[in-house]
Amino acid sequence: MEAKVPTRMGDGYMVEMTRSELRADLEDATQAAAGKAKVPPLAQEELDHLLDIYASRAAFTSVDIGDQVVLSCDGGGSKMTGTDLLDLLESEQRLGQDILELWHIEYSYKAIKTILPFQQQVMQNCQLMMTAPVQYGAQPNLAFYSKPDGPADNWFELLPRGDIAGARAAIAEAMDHATKDFIYVGEGMLDAGADGMDFDTTGGAGDADFFSTLRAVKHLRAKYPDAGIEVGMAGEFVIGVHGELEWEGRRLAGLWPKEQLEVCQDAGATIFGPAVNIRTGKSCAWNAAYSITVCKPAMDVARIPVHPNVGEGVGGVPVNGYPPEDAASRAAKAHVDILRCDGL
Amino acid sequence: MDVTHALAAGMGGMRTAGDLVARMQMARGMRLEPAKRYVAGKLGCTVRDLSDSYAMEQIRGEKGLGRILDHSNLHPGEPNAMMAKFRIAELLGVPIRSVERFRELAGL
Repeated sequence: MEAKVPTRMGDGYMVEMTRSELRADLEDATQAAAGKAKVPPLAQEELDHLLDIYASRAAFTSVDIGDQVVLSCDGGGSKMTGTDLLDLLESEQRLGQDILELWHIEYSYKAIKTILPFQQQVMQNCQLMMTAPVQYGAQPNLAFYSKPDGPADNWFELLPRGDIAGARAAIAEAMDHATKDFIYVGEGMLDAGADGMDFDTTGGAGDADFFSTLRAVKHLRAKYPDAGIEVGMAGEFVIGVHGELEWEGRRLAGLWPKEQLEVCQDAGATIFGPAVNIRTGKSCAWNAAYSITVCKPAMDVARIPVHPNVGEGVGGVPVNGYPPEDAASRAAKAHVDILRCDGL
Repeated sequence: MDVTHALAAGMGGMRTAGDLVARMQMARGMRLEPAKRYVAGKLGCTVRDLSDSYAMEQIRGEKGLGRILDHSNLHPGEPNAMMAKFRIAELLGVPIRSVERFRELAGL
């Protein structure tokens, strides 16, 4: 009888599977990803390597010596253990993070606009105390610009009524407000000494969310040629809420990581973070193979660093407030070893 | 989770040369291998040394690039934080925004 090894499901629950069952999951995942994203499946030797990673009984795993990558970390300066400055110092001095990130719990550019001087002061103070680069991060969250939270009509109410033209007009109005806010906050934080900006969870409200972010990226790149600009995505493909938005002739709706990367690097981003959401009913091995298959084509065309998202619920890391170390470390190693990515 | 990723795959930040390689990714959009080679060239070490805390603790100390401080490893009189960033900007040949701002606001 084939021995079983402890492994995880996408929600973090520990189960036991045989090596054969894990292999079947990996093969199913790469075929599913290839079919959906219209990309090549992983090669046999890549699946074999993933199997070695996931069929291990080790409590923790890591990349080989010399293969370490740059970590861009959101959530460093969170005030969870004191002040945001102290959190960042801990992240730098104790966790050894490569790129630190100051952020506020009101993690939307729209909200940050109202407290920009406060955040600028914190950034200035942090920069005096830190050696490692500190970027500022927030989410575009375009939906906050629609009623009742914002000024534009709510396109999620107009679309079900069949008012496509009205919905698109509302989206256009929201995008104008959003891009202005992203630029206002971006300029403010870079002027305060930030080493870069992070547009985190971009595309969460669809193609318009992505488009309004790309406009801000292009503006900031032109004005601050040496600043870091990271665009981290919300999901594996861009949802077409507007449906007709194009970036330099390319329709944004339905883009997968390779094409997402291409528009981001053309707009002026310096780090791209693909995000592939987890399926909680599938094993972590399945989820890692799916994520890697979807992201792999991006590596061939990347002119800028690619940092796949391996936070809670993305990139093969369980959607759990405390992602188990065995699963999170396997996801990290799997992405670095197979993708040869530039960071996480 | 931050600890997990730092141990599983991270370069090590300023414990090693992770912050320096990160700066080349951010400021120049360099991919990992060119960024590592660039930083290693500037430091006069091998690429593998960049994520070796033993090697980098000595190299950072020699070049005044800032080192991790703890109770048994203190370096008063040695550059750290903003002071170290002046040296990092010069070593890497990239402007650091906070250094420029410090220079401007301090009237240097």
